[in-house]
Amino acid sequence: MQLPVISARGIIKRYGHDEVLRGVDYDIHQGQVKAIIGPSGSGKSTLLRLLALLEHADGGSIHLDGDLVGARAHQNGSSRPAPERILSRQRRPVGMVFQKFNLFPHLTALENVMLAQVVVTKRHKKEAEERAMETLARVGLQNHGSHYPSELSGGQQQRVAIARAVVQQPRALLFDEPTSALDPELVSEVLRVMESLAAEGMTMVIVTHEIAFARKVADEIAFFDAGLILEQSAPLSLFENPQHERTRQFLTHVS
Amino acid sequence: MSFDFNLFLSALFSSEFAAGAGISLVLAILAQLLAVLLGFLLALVRMSSHPVVRSLSGAYVWFFRAIPTLIILLVIWNALPQVITPLRGEWFTPFIAALIGLSLTEAAYMAEILRSALNSVDSGQALAGRALGMTPAQVMLKVTLPQVIRVALPPTGNEFIGMVKFTSLASVISLTELLATAEARIAQTFRYAEMYSAAVIYYLIIVSILMFVQRNVEIKYRWSRKLPARAARIKVAQ
Repeated sequence: MQLPVISARGIIKRYGHDEVLRGVDYDIHQGQVKAIIGPSGSGKSTLLRLLALLEHADGGSIHLDGDLVGARAHQNGSSRPAPERILSRQRRPVGMVFQKFNLFPHLTALENVMLAQVVVTKRHKKEAEERAMETLARVGLQNHGSHYPSELSGGQQQRVAIARAVVQQPRALLFDEPTSALDPELVSEVLRVMESLAAEGMTMVIVTHEIAFARKVADEIAFFDAGLILEQSAPLSLFENPQHERTRQFLTHVS
Repeated sequence: MSFDFNLFLSALFSSEFAAGAGISLVLAILAQLLAVLLGFLLALVRMSSHPVVRSLSGAYVWFFRAIPTLIILLVIWNALPQVITPLRGEWFTPFIAALIGLSLTEAAYMAEILRSALNSVDSGQALAGRALGMTPAQVMLKVTLPQVIRVALPPTGNEFIGMVKFTSLASVISLTELLATAEARIAQTFRYAEMYSAAVIYYLIIVSILMFVQRNVEIKYRWSRKLPARAARIKVAQ
């Protein structure tokens, strides 16, 4: 099998005395769509932030296309965070979509999708604008480019946020509970966009409570509990034949 | 003795008063500008994770908010040149002394305003910027700062108007700003009402212009599609 796009090994993360991740191994391969489910506070979102290099792990390593990222060197199990200047470059290949969208309120939808292209990728404004328009069209918002975030619904904001990440042509796209902050009637428009991205072959990791959706689009689902991946398998076998009692309990509660 | 309207008008339209008002305005603009820059640095330092560095900024704010501005100006103009030789040079004019004193004092207040404005920006904003691969400087410039400005605009406008009036303190260190100009004419004519009135008119005009400018800048920071001017005014008024 070819090299994973992202490969995490033995990831440990502590907040104070609280060990949120207790030695997690996680791989994501080119074109794969993986979902992560599990109870709140089990460390799902933390893992995503670590994979996006937005936080530094207290132990373990992350490789992106085979290169060590996020840390400078390993000395007896502990790692030192890479300087922010290097981190900002290493973060570019991985896109992130947040639960609360985190759109830039001072920029229009179009400008939100243009900003990183101009500032980070150094594209010409004209080209950035064209690509931004194309990408907004992909999420069904070609007519909303001039709207500010405050003038968009939650579902529209999240679609702009997806466009903002997609336009950078990431190697992988990470979704942190992308529909949890949405009114129920706005969830499906976001899920549709994610589904079409998956169909186009985007490499995706999705932390979600939308079990039915995970089951539908994911190649593989990981069940997280208390800082560990308890089990990980294709949707069918996870739902039909969970290996752990904890997984069984969780699935009966949410479905 | 009645109010001599002609004398008032001739003072109002005299070149001295216009020049005095100009000095007040230029001093206020420069001092406020320096105070915003220094205050922003102080606010950033205040939010540093290093406790010693952080307390330095806190000490600055404590010191310059505690001492009356008038004393600061007198110390800088009268006391410091006795202690620091280079300040005895020709370049050290009342204008420079006032500029230094007013900016140093105002920076303490601006530091607090900008600190709270920086704190008001949702932490998810910087997170989103970093996730896109922006450097810390790019996040600050392109993401955080515009949102800081929006929050800090109304209180900074307040401070700026205060600054215009604080420039009158510089009359005690012989800067011929607006108040000193009025005082000089009073010394010649002994006409208090007319001269003070002329100065008041200038302050009213300056502050009115500043308020107009501030309102228009605030409209620019509304972050919704442009409404017709009237609707925009109504929205701002609400």
